Amino acid sequence: MEQLLATLPEGMDMALQILVTGWGGIFVVMLVIYLISLALARLFPPSKEA
Amino acid sequence: MEILLDGVQALIAEPGRIAMILIGCVLMYLGIKKEYEPTLLVPMGLGTILVNIPMSGVLMTGDAAGPFQILFDAGIETELFPLLLFIGIGAMIDFGPLLANPFLLLFGAAAQFGIFFVIIVATLLGFDIADSASIGIIAAADGPTSIFVANALGSKYMGAIMVAAYSYMALVPIIQPIAIKACTTKKERQIRMNYRPGEVSKTAKILFPVIICIVAGLIAPVSLPLVGFLMFGNLLRECGVLDRLSVSAQNELVNLVSILLGLCVSVKMEYHDFLQFDTLLVMGLGLVGFIMDSVGGVMFVKLLNLFRKEKINPMVGAAGISAFPMSSRVVQKMATEADPQNFILMQAAGANVAGQIASVVAGGLVLGLLL
Repeated sequence: MEQLLATLPEGMDMALQILVTGWGGIFVVMLVIYLISLALARLFPPSKEA
Repeated sequence: MEILLDGVQALIAEPGRIAMILIGCVLMYLGIKKEYEPTLLVPMGLGTILVNIPMSGVLMTGDAAGPFQILFDAGIETELFPLLLFIGIGAMIDFGPLLANPFLLLFGAAAQFGIFFVIIVATLLGFDIADSASIGIIAAADGPTSIFVANALGSKYMGAIMVAAYSYMALVPIIQPIAIKACTTKKERQIRMNYRPGEVSKTAKILFPVIICIVAGLIAPVSLPLVGFLMFGNLLRECGVLDRLSVSAQNELVNLVSILLGLCVSVKMEYHDFLQFDTLLVMGLGLVGFIMDSVGGVMFVKLLNLFRKEKINPMVGAAGISAFPMSSRVVQKMATEADPQNFILMQAAGANVAGQIASVVAGGLVLGLLL
């Protein structure tokens, strides 16, 4: 494994880290926004305002 | 006459300048004749011509910086222009359909796959990680985010990144159908979806941008300029008491900044910066990124469909890119081609709006990881 990593270009470890934490991070943020949207819909239903 | 001859001689002595003037003409042709993102490509095209004329006064006037350089330093170097554009974009977005069907948010995340795919490929091709990330962000399909990230990371490919980002956004109606057809069957494109329109209260719409700012700030503080300006624009739209400002942000602000941005980004279109083999690579990688965005979105929906009784049309996943409303229109057109009675526009539009949020978050996260 170490040999394989040694053959990869410089910065590849960072690129893979960006793939995992970056793309994964977007899912986490969007999931949090999803939960917020659900909470907003439940806390402030349109009928309450009308 | 002598001065004119000197100018012509200087131009002939550096053929790269002539090539860039031709490229400027092509950009203007694409903007004017083909109507590909004319608000950016027309000023950028003329700007490209202006900066490549020998001893151009737009870059240097004597020993002092010329008008383009001053605008570049004030608006791009400081990252103000892309951020100001975000206020206008935020004021244009209606998060209502997304809030009514928040599940679509995940499609926005999936369709950012192209960014990360390109970062890896660019690194394998030998670009350093900052340039790879800047090139990858072309696949966010979001011009202002591309400029913001490329500038923050100090990429030397800013000109090529801008041209690629805006050209491919205009080419979404050509790129996406090819990518989608390559990874879906006609039967999958025929999948019909029930649309359940849900109402969203005004309070929810007002609170949404405020809460997103706080959440994004806590998770990725570096993304706050991007998210904050976008959500500020949306707050202007939704709060109900600043309609005049909202209309100004959507029209005057966006128009003025687009003019200045298009012109001054040409500073990075000088022939010695642009005419390199790397520029072709950047353009090619940008195209790959756009294709892989669609592939990522489609594959994510296919994965979800393995576990769902009520199937989702995989093309909705491809609409999770930031190019709004082009992508959702493309997906609806393809759905109609596969089945004339298939209407998935509302779901696709929701995914498309999710893509606008996700692209900004992606830019912020990539910056957070690299700065």
